[in-house]
Amino acid sequence: MFWRMIIKTLVRQKSKMLMIAFTVILGVSLSTAMMNVMLGVGDKVNRELKVYGANITVRHQDAALMSDLYGLTEGLGVNDKFLYEEDILKLKTIFWGFNILDFAPILEGRAILSVKGRAGTAGEVSLAGTWTEKHAILSTGEELNTGLKSLRTWWEVEGEWLGEDDNNSVMVGKLLASKNKIRVGDAVTLTSNNGAVKNFIVKGIFNDGGNMDEKILMTLPAVQELMNLHGKISSIEVSALTTPDNDLARKAAQDPRSLSPDEYETWYCTAYVSAICHQIQEVIRDGVAKPVRQVAESEGTILNKTTLLMILITILSSIGSALAISNLITASVIERSQELGLLKALGAYNWQIVLLVLIEVMMTGLAGGVIGYFLGIGFAQIIGQTVFGSYIEIARMVILIVAVILFFVTLLGSVPAIRYLMALKPTEVLHGK
Amino acid sequence: MSKKILELKDVSKIYGSLKALADINLSVNAGDWLSIMGPSGSGKTTMINLIGCMDTPSTGSVILDGVDISKENAASLTRIRRDKIGLIFQQFHLISYLTAVENVMVAQYYHSMPDEEEAMEALEKVGLKERARHLPAQLSGGEQQRVCIARALINSPQILLGDEPTGNLDEENEGIVVDIFRRLHSEGVTIIVVTHDPEVGDVAQRKIILEHGKIVDDINQSL
Ligand SMILES: Nc1ncnc2c1ncn2[C@@H]1O[C@H](COP(=O)(O)OP(=O)(O)OP(=O)(O)O)[C@@H](O)[C@H]1O
Ligand SMILES: [Mg+2]
Repeated sequence: MFWRMIIKTLVRQKSKMLMIAFTVILGVSLSTAMMNVMLGVGDKVNRELKVYGANITVRHQDAALMSDLYGLTEGLGVNDKFLYEEDILKLKTIFWGFNILDFAPILEGRAILSVKGRAGTAGEVSLAGTWTEKHAILSTGEELNTGLKSLRTWWEVEGEWLGEDDNNSVMVGKLLASKNKIRVGDAVTLTSNNGAVKNFIVKGIFNDGGNMDEKILMTLPAVQELMNLHGKISSIEVSALTTPDNDLARKAAQDPRSLSPDEYETWYCTAYVSAICHQIQEVIRDGVAKPVRQVAESEGTILNKTTLLMILITILSSIGSALAISNLITASVIERSQELGLLKALGAYNWQIVLLVLIEVMMTGLAGGVIGYFLGIGFAQIIGQTVFGSYIEIARMVILIVAVILFFVTLLGSVPAIRYLMALKPTEVLHGK
Repeated sequence: MSKKILELKDVSKIYGSLKALADINLSVNAGDWLSIMGPSGSGKTTMINLIGCMDTPSTGSVILDGVDISKENAASLTRIRRDKIGLIFQQFHLISYLTAVENVMVAQYYHSMPDEEEAMEALEKVGLKERARHLPAQLSGGEQQRVCIARALINSPQILLGDEPTGNLDEENEGIVVDIFRRLHSEGVTIIVVTHDPEVGDVAQRKIILEHGKIVDDINQSL
């Protein structure tokens, strides 16, 4: 009887119930999407940072100082300070050497570019010499493969990557290539300011999406030769697995000497980025290792802000749903006050009437909730694809959270209707004409 | 001498400055058939509400089957009403989306357990067995009121209360309803009916006249 009444009421009030379900669908899908994105994205960004190559750069201390003090990345005091190529492999010998996944040296240079078969020059361009796919044998006998190719997984390359021994080939950044109409297979000539001239074949054109796009990428020996800087490098890009910073790590990052011996021990033996940097500096002569903070930090603050925004959206949509539901239920109850008053007159207790109405609402809410949940998962994936470019893992926990929120939102939304029901006197509705 | 089923002692109901009922004293025996008449606004509905446990008096006491209901809270008033009172209304108040038999079963549900067979029997008694599966909108006014009576009687109440039960019916249907009352009376059901209609009022065994909240006449018509 009870269920027959509920079902028939639901059917008869379908427009209102549909409105309630629709409200719930909206609210639940928003909350589901937001929470899944929120929970899924922390991991995403972390993984992305690793995919996005280097998280530590090592430079000559003077160059690092100039860039810290004056923001200089080129010129006197920056471009004329070098690290030693022979130090590079020592990176793998530090305490956290195992956490160092990839690394690549960079030697910066400048040269005049001209394209074969075209009049005049294309002007002065930046060069970067590096290891692309280095196979190295450490002093311990351990073998390893590393290089820029592993640090630039996102590059779109037309043509081919430079091989490790492609000393007569170059790769050209996409912007530079399109500015000068350079295509794969073209022959180019580079003239350095000390007069060295060398011909190269363009083996590939890469799209970095950053400032590399205006550079020419060469092997390290080729740039050393052209610039006459044998055994020298400007910087090393390092990709290391790190432990998220805590208070100790932040204190150490300020000044490791401020730590007590015990703290120092803990810090040194934990893969904090500051500890790894510290250890790198111990093996690279004149080197200063710095975490690539800009990326990490801005991603972090963006993440915090998005999280806040999403919590806000969830709360607001919950409040909105509660208000909408409360209006709809109250209207529905008032519309049926004669019927509900009659039930009271027939001997229904207040709680039985309240239960009747609540179950109607909860069933509608549940139906809306289920639809909303799946819609929300869809939204989450759309957000994941468009904003973060990847699939978002669905957190089971969200079902529980959303269910609890939904339950309380519908309950809260029902409060005015319940109060109305409790106060409803059968005499008031049954005798009126 | 039969048992006293209802007694009103010095009952008043006051709405603001208006005394809808003023010091009413009345006692009704089990099996009585009482009609309440009087001009509009004289307090008839107010009195029915008090007897039907849908309201409590401002002063005085209403003793129903030995229990003073003026002292009870809302939940126990509901329980007493459920167990002892059957209600019929001028506007029938059937649930529009339930069939005749389902409307009867709703009363069973809130009393104890729905029992379709029993509900069908109740409809048969008011001559509506064939129309049990119809919705209220498919029934005539008289038929709807008979469903209402079946619903009021389904839990075997001690008192059947009607507020203008024939007010919306034509003469023919009024006759049918009055016949049902007559039969119920012969079966020993206590009936209290408010009416404007002298024909309905006059068939009762006893008739009281209200005016301005006071009983001005109490006529024994059984002779
Ligand atoms: N809830 C209420 N609040 C204020 N006054 C009320 C209320 N209910 C009834 N009254 C007043 O009490 C008086 C008696 O009303 P009641 O409904 O009992 O009259 P009645 O005899 O049933 O009239 P009718 O024949 O028109 O149905 C009327 O003056 C009415 O206005
Ligand atoms: Mg009245």
